[in-house]
Amino acid sequence: MWTWFFRLASPPHFYALAGKLSSWLLIPALALLAIGAWGGLVLAPPDYQQGDAFRIIYVHVPSAYLSMMIYVTMALAGAIGLIWRIKIAHAVAASCAPIGASFTFAALVTGAVWGKPMWGTYWEWDPRLTSELILLFLYFGYMGLRGAFEDLNQADRASAILAVAGVANVPIIHFSVVWWASLHQGPTLSKLEAPSISGDMLWPLLTMILAFTLFFLGILAMRVRGEVLAREFQARWAQDVLRSATPEGAN
Amino acid sequence: MAVSLRTDGAGAADAPALGLLELFRVILERDLRVGLRRWSDASNSALFFILVVTLFPLALSPRADVLRTLAPGVLWIAALLATLLSLHLLFRADLEDGTLEQLLTLPYPLGWMLLAKTIAHWIITGIPVVVMAPILAITYHLPLNALTVLTFSLLLGTPTLSLLGSIGAALTAGLRGAGVLLVFIVAPLMLPVLILGARATDLALSGEDPTGPLYLLGALLVLAISLAPIVAAGAIRVSAD
Repeated sequence: MWTWFFRLASPPHFYALAGKLSSWLLIPALALLAIGAWGGLVLAPPDYQQGDAFRIIYVHVPSAYLSMMIYVTMALAGAIGLIWRIKIAHAVAASCAPIGASFTFAALVTGAVWGKPMWGTYWEWDPRLTSELILLFLYFGYMGLRGAFEDLNQADRASAILAVAGVANVPIIHFSVVWWASLHQGPTLSKLEAPSISGDMLWPLLTMILAFTLFFLGILAMRVRGEVLAREFQARWAQDVLRSATPEGAN
Repeated sequence: MAVSLRTDGAGAADAPALGLLELFRVILERDLRVGLRRWSDASNSALFFILVVTLFPLALSPRADVLRTLAPGVLWIAALLATLLSLHLLFRADLEDGTLEQLLTLPYPLGWMLLAKTIAHWIITGIPVVVMAPILAITYHLPLNALTVLTFSLLLGTPTLSLLGSIGAALTAGLRGAGVLLVFIVAPLMLPVLILGARATDLALSGEDPTGPLYLLGALLVLAISLAPIVAAGAIRVSAD
């Protein structure tokens, strides 16, 4: 009954599975991305207050959502790796970090671009923007720690501990930042979302969120593949894969 | 230095010879003695604290009204930086001379022993900061009520900073030149303490009730005491490999 689970944890099986998964995920992701972008940029009506500027929501919200979701995924994978000593889980956690940092960065940049027409400034010490910036630092700390170890096993376990400790702290950090901002905030227009969003604006947003999630999973599968191959390059199956991939005569 | 802990020889198999409180006291005393003998290390964080606090009036303005509004933030940032600066000392020497490995072999919970070490570290590096803070706050023209709240918030907050820092110190104990990395890992985790501490002092300064953030600082301290040593123990096991 559990054999599929143990198979999943074996590098060659995982490598093959991730290869198939990445294309199964990326093709629908790109299709949904196209539909969502068309719906969001063309079909949805301009907002009565924000005009066309609100359309950045279709990139900003999925990025912000993923930036947090990926951190939790990373910590979960790290915890699984720590508890059950599954190497693949550590490979997944390691592959999550740069993707998550990229989405965090995207959320910050799109937030700033959106802030200019809405608030009249690129940066406002809004609680959500500030939390997002701190999240970016958490990702940098994670990647920095992982990179500092020479021993892969140590790097895996140390960074997993950091990710788990970070996830436990994220609610506290977020709460304190919200509390801080509620005392500090001057008269800014901090309400990002319209209180109720009309249906023809909503469905492209949901489509984009789904597309971004599938895109993340697809990219994750690709990255984990590379990570597993790099970790197992001395194993016979990895040698076979590498030999079949390199052109004739090159090793 | 861990010799005193191994008086029972091959004691790992039999029941622990020391009670947990006794063990706590032994480690605390030992670390305090070692810490005070390395006097320059211990005084560095207090000196750094004074230095940072001195820089702000020079760079910004010596006017009393400006300094008074800056004081809560400046003193708290300086305390945070002083803690960050001292953290790399927490486990490094013990890992290098083998003391940590001795502790790992003892039949006691590692987290408990690390808690004792962290508290010893706080007594050596944190207490001087807490003591210096009100004196420096006077030079910032902070009124008495804000001064008391500042000292109290530091008393509640700096142990939390040391405990959170112990996680980062444990994770990087085996790494060469990990100073900046340690700061990068730990600083985001410390932000809530900074926000609450500075805000409590600020509230007192503007004549409002600072008990809310002080209670929250206390809650964070309790959380940190109960959870941080466990996480640090896991991290030390990785670093000692």
